[in-house]
Amino acid sequence: MSLPTIITFGLISLAMLFTLVQVVRGPTLPDRVVALDLMATLAMGFTALYAVETEQTILLDVAIVLALIAFLSTVAFAYFIEKRELPWHKS
Amino acid sequence: MAQIMSMTLFLIGAAFMLVAAIGVVRMPDLLMRLHCSTKSATLGVSCVMLGAALHFSEVAIWARALAAIAFLFATAPVAAHVLGRAAYVSGAPLWLGTLSDELRGRYSQESHRLTSPPEVLEAGSGKGTVSG
Repeated sequence: MSLPTIITFGLISLAMLFTLVQVVRGPTLPDRVVALDLMATLAMGFTALYAVETEQTILLDVAIVLALIAFLSTVAFAYFIEKRELPWHKS
Repeated sequence: MAQIMSMTLFLIGAAFMLVAAIGVVRMPDLLMRLHCSTKSATLGVSCVMLGAALHFSEVAIWARALAAIAFLFATAPVAAHVLGRAAYVSGAPLWLGTLSDELRGRYSQESHRLTSPPEVLEAGSGKGTVSG
């Protein structure tokens, strides 16, 4: 494993760690959803990098599927956030 | 040569991703967090995908990488918009230093429909209401 690859893996891992901190810390549900969406996007980049490292081109398909699932889950969460019953909505 | 270029793209992409993560942790507000994470992470993943395509340099891999980048560029703004709208409508708190909020009071509480300001509605009366 060459030095640039190690640095790149380290940077993405650090970014995922920060994002995980935000998932735990985020004060409201939308903040956590933003962090989870970013985490899925980071996992996409990590998978592409891993595909290059192991010379397995099939892993690029995994990255595409991850992008699809991240988009669907974000839209579903947004729908849920908009439709849920909040205490101040009940009159 | 292609290896050097792909490694450079990997490093640039990882740096963009790290900037996105730092922004998500540091920003005080949901909308600012969306602003950080969406654009920067999309650019970072695009750089990494281009680097992978350069590394393998086959037609099928190029097609896959470009398809992934096109999908990201199409879906990331939509997801951010939908999430930001849902959070704003459901009353997510804005940053205390926010200077102007032009959408305040424009969303109806029941239907979540957006209406124009009164002066616009008066100027355009007779041509129907503008809603989005």
